[in-house]
Amino acid sequence: MKPSGYSLDATFAALADPTRRAILARLANGEATVTELAAPFDMTQPAISKHLKVLERAGLITRGRAAQRRPRKLEPRPLAEATDWIERYRRIWEANFARLDAVLQQLKSKEKKTVDALLEDVKPKPKQRRSK
Amino acid sequence: MTPAAAVKITTPTDREVVMTRVFDAPRGMVFDALTKPELLRKWLLGPPGWTMPVCEVDLRVGGKYRYVWQNAEGRSMGMGGTFQEITRPSRIVATEAYEEYWTGGETLVTTELVETRSKTTLSTTVRYASRDARDAAIKMGATKGLEASYNRLDELLTTQT
Repeated sequence: MKPSGYSLDATFAALADPTRRAILARLANGEATVTELAAPFDMTQPAISKHLKVLERAGLITRGRAAQRRPRKLEPRPLAEATDWIERYRRIWEANFARLDAVLQQLKSKEKKTVDALLEDVKPKPKQRRSK
Repeated sequence: MTPAAAVKITTPTDREVVMTRVFDAPRGMVFDALTKPELLRKWLLGPPGWTMPVCEVDLRVGGKYRYVWQNAEGRSMGMGGTFQEITRPSRIVATEAYEEYWTGGETLVTTELVETRSKTTLSTTVRYASRDARDAAIKMGATKGLEASYNRLDELLTTQT
């Protein structure tokens, strides 16, 4: 299946800004007008509109049709595609790194044996003690 | 065994992907595991069922490396590049390109190792040649080719937890 036409690059770029992430978080609770979205920020409405445009271009939000209000709402798909890719990438590398952990453990125990053997050579032999 | 440390992935700029992971070993050891073929072959395998029949590393500036993976059905995937900077045991910079058509061209990979109290933080920064290249790699990676292998990996991970 072909993914949406939105560029993942645009998705990541849009997500790189804290104001835009806050807007998305707000919209996750339901649609809101530009005025409502601007309220929690110390920003002018045109500044907020700029952020909304970036989010829109990335396909992350859309405008409702209700004439004057034109509420914005969250579009879940592009975000899901971006996180899906990161998730797959992460899993592949988690598997690789779990194997790397095992390799490092082997190296450490080998090194320890070598060091122990060296110490064994230099230290005076303790008297044999039998505990059984 | 302690639970595996988490892999952290971030996208600090529109051309980069950064991956970070902590290892319970001094960095000289991690550096070896990243650069010695006999060690690389044991872990750098990707999805289950793949082996690494070719693993050549000429570890010097200007030297080349090449990896080829193969699965049971005989499908193979090759990758390689040239070392641009090597500072043992803290830093490696190398180009990286897949030999198949489906990825986004050559990338520049910077590997950094930082040691704190005999634990090593490994961070790998992959920089794509362009925004389009990263886009292509991401889309292809997300939608094509390795789908089935990823599913097997999902299964494996589920049975292990």
